Order: sequence, then C-alpha cells, then structure tokens
Amino acid sequence: MSAPLFKFGLFGDEFSLLVAFGIGIAFGFFLERAGFGSARKLTAQFYLSDLAVFKVMFTAIVTAMLGIFYLSWAGFVDLSLVYFEPTYLLPQIVGGLVLGMGFVIGGYCPGTSVVAVATGKLDGIVFLAGLIAGIFVFGEAYPAIASLVNATSMGQVTLPQVFGLRYGLVVLLVVLMALGGFWGSEKVERWMAGKRAAEVAQ
Amino acid sequence: MTSVTGAARLESAAWTAEGTAVRREPAPYMNPYLAGIGLGLVLLAAYLIMGRGLGASGPFTSLVAWAVDRVSPAHASGNPFFSEYLQNDLGHPLKTWLAFEVLGVALGGLISGALAGRVRRTIEKGPRISSRSRLAFAFGGGALMGIGAKLARGCTSGQALSGGALLGVGSWAFMLMVFAGAYAMAWFVRRQWT
Repeated sequence: MSAPLFKFGLFGDEFSLLVAFGIGIAFGFFLERAGFGSARKLTAQFYLSDLAVFKVMFTAIVTAMLGIFYLSWAGFVDLSLVYFEPTYLLPQIVGGLVLGMGFVIGGYCPGTSVVAVATGKLDGIVFLAGLIAGIFVFGEAYPAIASLVNATSMGQVTLPQVFGLRYGLVVLLVVLMALGGFWGSEKVERWMAGKRAAEVAQ
Repeated sequence: MTSVTGAARLESAAWTAEGTAVRREPAPYMNPYLAGIGLGLVLLAAYLIMGRGLGASGPFTSLVAWAVDRVSPAHASGNPFFSEYLQNDLGHPLKTWLAFEVLGVALGGLISGALAGRVRRTIEKGPRISSRSRLAFAFGGGALMGIGAKLARGCTSGQALSGGALLGVGSWAFMLMVFAGAYAMAWFVRRQWT
C-alpha cells in the first residue's frame, strides 16, 4: 500500500502544484487530440452525427474505473483516500440539467473551453467570460438559494453502497453498459451518415 | 460530414490573420476510444499520485471570489460561498491545485493543437448563424454552465469524469442529467450548429 502518493506524504503542497501542471498538460493534450477544442465536434453528440463525446467520456471512465479497482484490489492503492465529491442529489440533478443546456447552447464545458481558447477559438473566450459571469451570479445568489444547494445531502456514497451490490459487480455492469453504448453509438453514426447521404442524393 | 468539415476548415482558414495559401491542412482527430484511454490514464494518474480527480470550473470560482474580494473585502467575507474559496492553505486564493492544473490544460491543448495544425483564430459555429449571434449564445451558454456547475459542485471534469470512475452516486445522477438537459435543449438551438 503506497498510493495515493501525496496522501502518504511522499511530497508536499508546493511540489503538488507542479504535479497539477503536468497532469493538466496531459489532460489538455488528450482533450484536444479527441477534437474537444471544437464546439462543432462536441455538440455533434446532441445531433447524433458524431458521438465522440460519449465514446471518449465512457472510455475514460471505464479505463480509470478498472485501473483504480484492480490496483485497490491488489493492495497498491487505498481507495478510501481517493477523494470525490459527496452526493447532494437534488442540486446535482438540477445542476446537471442546467449545465447540459448550457453545453449545447454555449458549445463547450469548462475544461474544453480552456482548450478552445488555447487553440484560438473566439467563441471559447466569450464562453469563458459567460462562465465567470454565471459563477458570479451564483455566488451573489448563494445566500438566497443555500437551502437548495445543500439539500438532500447523502455524504460520500457510491452506487454499490446505495444499491447494496458488490463493488466489482457494479464495475462489471458499467463496463457492459459502456460496451453496449459503444456498439449503439457506432450503429447510430452509420444510420445518420446513411440518412444524410440519402438527403444529399435527392 | 466529411465535406461539411472540409468546408468548415476552409472557412476557418480564411479567418486567420496571418493565414496564407500555404497553410497546412489540420490533421484528423485521434480515434475516440484511444483518446478516451489516454484521458482515463491521466485521471488514474491523478488518483494514484494525488488522491483526487481532475477539475475545470474550480479555478474560475477562485478567480471570481478573488475579484469580489479585491473590489469589496467586506462583501466577499460576508458571503459564505465566496469566503470558502478565499480560504487557502497555500497563501493566495489563486494558488490552488486546480488553478495549476487548468494552466496545464491550456498548455497541453496548445501543444496538441500546434502539432496537428489546428491552432487558428476562428469562431466555431454552423453555417446558418452569424458570428455575433454565435458569440451571444456562447456567453449565455457559458453563464448557464457556471450556474449549473456550482449547483452540482463540479462540471464534466470534476463531477462526471472524476466522480463517475469512482462510482459516486451524485456524479452518475449529474452525468445522466447533463445528457438529458443537452438533448432536451438541442432542438431549440439547432440553427446554431447544423
């Protein structure tokens, strides 16, 4: 048992910022490689012509999920020391809906808009300005909406805990769901391409 | 799609200030499954090295809190949301792990884009909308994104990806709702993209 390295004191706060910068570089690199610096590529997900958002996101989730699951099982990492956001079910449902609408209207999410700005997209810069304005509005409204923001607190719970299933079984179910989703995505893309070709031919 | 993308490339090439006729054609994007594995390994590295996931909206919250504090310290400290983002072990509200990570995201995006010939000044939009309208939508969508991300305590990076791979309940509820909200809204803004 030696990971997470930072939590076992292998390095301090200042060095962790260097780690952050390095991890960020790799994160931004793969976002751009995937085409996620382009709002057209990202929003094509919601018009079903290019489902790269789903494919990339779920491949990433499955990769990281399997990695941390097996390394934890092998005793290499203490899973209880890996932080994730606690569940506040209602605000996360409402926030997800609002964010999803913002995604298809604005064309980006926060991380991808940073990549868009870095690769010269003017709409990415304006999106970031909007993001900052939205956060400011939220902050100003916070005292009035604090009860909603902090509603339905469930703590740091996982799907296996809530559904009373074994962790490994949920991991397997997520993998199967992702594989089914990938298979379906390829079918939808082919179907949409055929439909467009037929429209052009007319 | 190929011909549409080609047209978009020509359109964007016309936008570049220093763009000349010899400008290199952008390289195709990476296979989405390979890019996903790459992103997943980056996320796994964050778990193993730091004991935490990735994020993107946090640094902009720090920026807003810092700016509010600069304008009116009393106002910022009287607001529990802003004051939380002003407390920081590292000595400055903008000196955070996520701030350095997002600076890296910008550099990493620039490196990948430059290697692929994809760095050019352009506005991403469909053929049926003016640049001015597109920028208005970008601002409005960004504002909704900011509100949604703060309500949900994270965005696509911090909540969906990072919490999703650890099977967090809120992360999965959030992720399903992001897709639901975007698909529900897509028809209304279709002129912007198609």
